[in-house]
Amino acid sequence: MPLNFDTALGVHERALYTRAKRTEVLGANMANVDTPGYQARDLDFRAALDGAQQQNLSVSRTRSNHIQPDGGAAALEAQLKYRVPNQPSLDGNTVEMHIEQAQFADNAVRYQATLTFLGSKFSGLKDAITGGR
Amino acid sequence: MFKVLDIAGSAMNAQMVRLNTTASNMANADSVATTEAEAYRAKQPVFAALLQETANAAAGVQVTGIVESQAPVIKRYEPGNPMADADGYVFGSNVNEVEEMANMISASRSFQNNSEVFNTSKDLMMRTLQLGR
Repeated sequence: MPLNFDTALGVHERALYTRAKRTEVLGANMANVDTPGYQARDLDFRAALDGAQQQNLSVSRTRSNHIQPDGGAAALEAQLKYRVPNQPSLDGNTVEMHIEQAQFADNAVRYQATLTFLGSKFSGLKDAITGGR
Repeated sequence: MFKVLDIAGSAMNAQMVRLNTTASNMANADSVATTEAEAYRAKQPVFAALLQETANAAAGVQVTGIVESQAPVIKRYEPGNPMADADGYVFGSNVNEVEEMANMISASRSFQNNSEVFNTSKDLMMRTLQLGR
């Protein structure tokens, strides 16, 4: 088995990347809680992860004017959705702090879970390299 | 991931500006002037989302300007006041203390929220750095 980091770490590497992106989006929502007209957004995590994994397929450019693939960022952009507020406010802002806080906490815990999975993968690889000594 | 620190930082900065204008308004609530033009008018910051040119995903917040309240200033008859004009009138400020108190609490809560986001993100990043140890 050729050891390859793309396959050795499984889905967790992309999951960590997507979770980090979602942290930014939720952080931006909370930063703009008092900005008139700001519309809260969120990542559709499952779709974003699927998109990020498809990006892993290698794209070959056969002509110089073909578009350069730009990693997972564009795929994540496409999965950004606007939130539907439960109680819309008069100034057009759709950030609801309690929902954002709950989502942020959820995202942070899942990020740490992914970190734990990755840590286990690494220690597994280490064990394989050292023969369990 | 580092972007979330910038975003939370920009929000804390904006809320601090808001807290400063509130402090200035509260301090000058009882200021008087000799003419209507010189009277103190309540100042309010204008918040706007700060869209980043590379990725539209995450937006910080910026203060685009500070506007003065257009509410009418109060004209009082106080002939004994050294600031009184020839007819014995002084011009008070148009600060609404109740509004300012609400603004102060809102700004302080938003600041706390964003500092919480900052801390959580920092913890996640520190744990990521420890990965594989």
